[in-house]
Amino acid sequence: MAAGRMSTPLARVLGLGSAKSGTEHFWRQRLTAVANVPLTVTFVVIVVGLLGRNHAAVVQILGSPLVAIIMLLFIASIFTHMRIGMQVIIEDYVHDEVVKLVLLMANTFFAVAIGLACAFAILMLSFKV
Amino acid sequence: MADIKAPVERPLSPHLFIYKPMLTTMMSIVHRITGGALYFGTLLVAWWLLAAASGPNAYAGFGSFMGSFLGRFILLGYTWALVHHALGGIRHLIWDTGRGFGPQERERLAVATLIGSIAWTIIIWVVGYLFMGGPR
Repeated sequence: MAAGRMSTPLARVLGLGSAKSGTEHFWRQRLTAVANVPLTVTFVVIVVGLLGRNHAAVVQILGSPLVAIIMLLFIASIFTHMRIGMQVIIEDYVHDEVVKLVLLMANTFFAVAIGLACAFAILMLSFKV
Repeated sequence: MADIKAPVERPLSPHLFIYKPMLTTMMSIVHRITGGALYFGTLLVAWWLLAAASGPNAYAGFGSFMGSFLGRFILLGYTWALVHHALGGIRHLIWDTGRGFGPQERERLAVATLIGSIAWTIIIWVVGYLFMGGPR
């Protein structure tokens, strides 16, 4: 290990590196990526299945337990994935410290707000049925 | 957050532009662009779900936008971006296992992602139109 020479034993044990968060970002991106594959396939099937149906039918199908649970998992996974994905894009291209911090905050606000809105709508549909 | 100036201008590694553009490079760039597009595409998903939860009028409003030429165009782009990013992601997961880095393998994976994304987009839209009546 090349890192062994330059780091203290404590740093080696913690394994957190310069970003102070270790491999958590990397790991979470992969974990949600794997989850996204079946969830996205199911999401597309659900959307295609709802095309052209009237509002009452859409409410009933989206609000049914299985579809609602899949949709909630899909929302949780993609919003986590896209928040940390956009974080990397911002960190790669924005070098002004203040602008970068503002954008990183805006990124989290966007992901949490829109993700919550989606989850709230799904729950509303579920409890209406 | 003190801005610490480097005492000397250090040489930076050359950026993308000095390299010959290759298919794998393009696919990497497109993977990031489609990811960014899907980020804002979630606004459509939120609109769709909130409209459905709000009632028939809101849902009809969403439907008439998605049924318009602009709406369909955006939805087509969203479909392709979603499929492309998903297939590109699977390609990255294969690479994460240490496989698929050979000169021919990585080229084949890039071509498969591109062809697969277009093919699946067509399949999804054909199924959508033929069997479900299309976006209304």
